[in-house]
Amino acid sequence: MFQIRIHGRGGQGVVTAAELLSVAAFREDRHSQAFPSFGSERTGAPVVAFCRIDDRPIRLREPILAPDALIIQDPTLLHQVDVFGGLRPDGYILINTARTFEDLGLAEFAQKFTAAHLCTVPATEIAMRHVGRPLPNASLLGGFAALTGRVSLESVAAAIGEKFPPKVAAGNVAAATEAYEFVQREMKKEAAGAEAG
Amino acid sequence: MLKQVEGSAAVAEAIALCRPQVICAYPISPQTHIVEALGRRVDAGELTPCEFVNVESEFAAMSVAIGASATGARAYTATASQGLLFMAEAVYNAAGLGLPIVMTVANRAIGAPINIWNDHTDALSQRDCGWLQLFAEDNQEALDLHIQAFRLAEELSLPVMVCMDGFILTHAYERVDMPTQAQVDSYLPPYEPRQVLDPADPVSIGAMVGPEAFMEVRYLAHAKQQQALELIPAWADEFRRVFGRPSGGLVREYRTSDADVIVVALGSVLGTIKDTVDEMRDQGHKIGVLGITCFRPWPSVAVRNALQRAQRVVVLEQSLAVGMGGIVGNNVSASFSGSPERVHTVIAGLGGRSITRGSLHRVFGQALTDSLEPLTFLDLDRALVDRVLERERVQRRSGPIAEGILKDLGVVAAKIG
Repeated sequence: MFQIRIHGRGGQGVVTAAELLSVAAFREDRHSQAFPSFGSERTGAPVVAFCRIDDRPIRLREPILAPDALIIQDPTLLHQVDVFGGLRPDGYILINTARTFEDLGLAEFAQKFTAAHLCTVPATEIAMRHVGRPLPNASLLGGFAALTGRVSLESVAAAIGEKFPPKVAAGNVAAATEAYEFVQREMKKEAAGAEAG
Repeated sequence: MLKQVEGSAAVAEAIALCRPQVICAYPISPQTHIVEALGRRVDAGELTPCEFVNVESEFAAMSVAIGASATGARAYTATASQGLLFMAEAVYNAAGLGLPIVMTVANRAIGAPINIWNDHTDALSQRDCGWLQLFAEDNQEALDLHIQAFRLAEELSLPVMVCMDGFILTHAYERVDMPTQAQVDSYLPPYEPRQVLDPADPVSIGAMVGPEAFMEVRYLAHAKQQQALELIPAWADEFRRVFGRPSGGLVREYRTSDADVIVVALGSVLGTIKDTVDEMRDQGHKIGVLGITCFRPWPSVAVRNALQRAQRVVVLEQSLAVGMGGIVGNNVSASFSGSPERVHTVIAGLGGRSITRGSLHRVFGQALTDSLEPLTFLDLDRALVDRVLERERVQRRSGPIAEGILKDLGVVAAKIG
């Protein structure tokens, strides 16, 4: 089972992101489950959503306490919520920011994890270009597909197409695609750096 | 057809396939998505003939359902929590009048303090009202049980409550196999009422009955529920024939045949329990699970048979009979042929408290080593409770409990579990 925890704020499409991811996995004949953390949903309040992906039916209903991957939609949460809590040592981290892990003051923390599994992507800026609103969720799913390979960009795009009307979907698919390519380039840079180093 | 959808959307689609003629509801979390989805279908003309009635309260919702059902319409509503309590008088009337209404209860805690999260207190508060109560383990079963519920309700002329865990199921996206209209039509024939308000053939429904016959009317209600104990497994079998999958029934056993300890529970927590039990089986522990699908009527014989070889029984329930202990636990004790002190009640997950494998391992481990108390509150923060008790001891005007305890706890917005 592969477990993803998504952190963000009310209004950023955190719950929708987990739902879309579950639909993308379903489209690849996987079993998947997405559920929110059911707070009193207020704009700006910290929100968590969860997604599990497996090859067999998923019965487990507890919140994801030991995730295999984290998507952080809002870097301002880093110092407010224990977003990294329970992350596995080989876990993936994708943060929505134009800055690097070093810029965020996470250089030392990042050393505990596999470098090739960590990435930042300016998802809000990408979303502004393609969707016209600061909704980074679809971009981040594109980035997640590139970083983890757990779902394909095509499945993410199909899930977006299923959920939204055509025009909104097209913008979000474009954003997911740009973020996918961005993360792929970052990973190549990282791999080249690791080889050189 | 396989789909990956929200539980509420799956149930709404299943309800639509059942061809309800009147849908009435008052919005309350966490059932709202179900009736919103149905409202859109009616509005779009996808569900005809069907009238969607917006009402001003839950009391009105059940009253409209009663009126609609009495005129021979297939009637559906949904509610949760305080909404169910607010309609309680009409809930009893629907059962007493023998009207086959189907209602979803998206299980949620009852205040005060106000709490929108999941537990079973709402449905269990109405356990003696005369409705059948079925509990879904996952979203597939939630949608399947609604289809069975209409069949059961109309055959018995009794209302049926389908209980699904609020948020945990209603708001979860997971895979469901959505039946076809033809399958549902072949399982659920058009509603043929036993009683109907018809201007061409006038009757009155709801006569006053005095001491001369009230006992007999109530006895008949009980007898009908006993009859349901035979019909529910039969229709679950027929469901399997038509839809090709097992769903519903009275109880479901999991790895119980050689189990020394059997855990009894209702609803979606059964999934987490089964995963925990698998892990404990891998460690060599003889533990199994008994899921209660049908809580009313209480399947006493099925429960007794399932538990007869168990050394210990752990009833894990998301409800509390304040001043007494467990509600499900009490029912299980009455059906357990062994010594009553071998039935342990674990109150868990009240008001949305997460029920985790870690905590279940601990409490089931205690049952295996004979160290489990008769009544346990899973993951209770005892220190927090003691602070309140101490404040009340030293200070007459100790203030409201809920506000005081939140102050003691500090900010919880950052907590993940």
